[in-house]
Amino acid sequence: MVERRPGLTILSHVVLLLGIALVVFPIYLAFVASTHTRDEILKVPMPITPGTHMLENYTAALLGTETQGAKVVVGRMMWVSFVTAMVIAVGKIAISLLSAFAIVYFRFPFKKLVFWMIFVTLMLPVEVRILPTYKVLADLSMLNTYAGLTVPLIASATATFLFRQFFLSVPDELVEAARMDGAGPMRFFKDILVPLSQTSIAALFVIQFIYGWNQYLWPLLATTTEDMYPIVIGIKRMIATGDAAVDWNIVMATAILALVPPAIVVVLMQRWFVKGLVDTEK
Amino acid sequence: MEKRVLFRSGWLPWVLIAPQMAIILVFFFWPASQAIWQSMQMEDAFGTSTEFVGLDNFKTLFEDPAYIDSFKVTALFSVLVAGFGIALSLVLAVFADRILRGGLFYKTFLIIPYAVAPAIAGVLWVFMFSPSIGIVAYALNKWGVAWNHVLNSDQALALIVVAAVWKQISYNFLFFLAGLQSIPKALIEAASIDGAGPLRRFLTIQFPLLSPTTFFLLVINVVYAFFDTFAIVHATTEGGPGRDTAILVYKVWHDGFRALDLGGSAAQSVVLMVIVVALTVIQFRYVEKKVQY
Repeated sequence: MVERRPGLTILSHVVLLLGIALVVFPIYLAFVASTHTRDEILKVPMPITPGTHMLENYTAALLGTETQGAKVVVGRMMWVSFVTAMVIAVGKIAISLLSAFAIVYFRFPFKKLVFWMIFVTLMLPVEVRILPTYKVLADLSMLNTYAGLTVPLIASATATFLFRQFFLSVPDELVEAARMDGAGPMRFFKDILVPLSQTSIAALFVIQFIYGWNQYLWPLLATTTEDMYPIVIGIKRMIATGDAAVDWNIVMATAILALVPPAIVVVLMQRWFVKGLVDTEK
Repeated sequence: MEKRVLFRSGWLPWVLIAPQMAIILVFFFWPASQAIWQSMQMEDAFGTSTEFVGLDNFKTLFEDPAYIDSFKVTALFSVLVAGFGIALSLVLAVFADRILRGGLFYKTFLIIPYAVAPAIAGVLWVFMFSPSIGIVAYALNKWGVAWNHVLNSDQALALIVVAAVWKQISYNFLFFLAGLQSIPKALIEAASIDGAGPLRRFLTIQFPLLSPTTFFLLVINVVYAFFDTFAIVHATTEGGPGRDTAILVYKVWHDGFRALDLGGSAAQSVVLMVIVVALTVIQFRYVEKKVQY
């Protein structure tokens, strides 16, 4: 800060507090709704302070409720989401590390072509080619499997480019030294390159975990049985019946359960996440 | 860019890139080429035979008023999302850049929407704006605004814009903050010594120097509004009322999986691919020229 302006400083805090209020209010309200009974929420206007039914709502959500005919077990859905997110995050990091290593440290025929093929995938998100990708998945009979939920989303040019960028900044002397000491390429990769990439790996992990956890369109297509729905899909199915019949208290408990794990990851790994986000796009 | 020192091996690099290549060939190039091929096919009503029809599907598509409407809605939607999203985050970032204490506190809260799934964001907002039980809808009604996004298309659009902007605030905010913090303090101090107040410094120094960030975010936000908002629309308005909020990605899904119009859906996919490629090219041209400060 270049000068003292108490008025402006106060204004800054006021604006930021308003910003936070805007950001937090929907989540707060969901939390409030998750602590009341269904009837209390249906009263207009609904209460805006937490109630006393928190425990039973969350238990009902996690273990499943029979009220609306269809039984939705959030515990199972959270597990599916967790596995999906982990496989996508770890898988992406693993295959991107390997391919970035090949692209940066080796010379091989058609390298340019390979590079461009990976680059092009940056441009076409799953949203624009849903039907044919779905067909491929169905032909490989991978519907309703973890493989079907994760593998098509694992190929990520973003991660490959981030690692490529990072590898290019690693001093050549390290390779020379490693070779002098008789280390082969894989030894160099395992003992030097991967440990050096730790920060990028952490950053990518956060971003990809959230990406995986929050997937919606793809699981909507790739799963048709209840036991393979991730939580984000499950919640949408719970509100599909229209306002009056919806158990809003359970839905909101589910919403809180769905947003807490990624939120924790982001907040705890904030430093890496911010760095990774800003770096990936460079 | 190339490394000076390279490893030599005939087979190892192929093994290393094999997993990635296998996945992109099977789940990327194959479906993408299928989309292009299918977009030039027409299936009869019973799905028993297909016929090559060239560009007919595209012609039908662009003569279809529903598709043109979907284009218009998407354009309006992305302008609103990018405009409000960028303006709001810029204001927050400028004030966050000013303060000395509590920065981490504010930042921690402001990045939370990034972690929330678009579909969940949609559910949270639809709950607040639900005409029968929503607390915000109730307040609006009190103030004389009859809120019912199930019937009123403008309100339905407003709802998905609000949910989409909310979700994107974190991302924009972090980039603006990083941009502002990389502006050399000396410039600000010099201007301040010359007697420029905070507003003037913002308008003549910070904002112009932020222009690469702003432009980058503009492209990112348009891409986001075009392609990442399916979940929000699906969880809130389902394209309604009628088809007034059926943005392009929603329509691709709807026509392909609900209406089962394979050729039409594939043609729409191809149109979308062209749009993404165009946007990516714009973005990369900008990256090339990116100002370093």
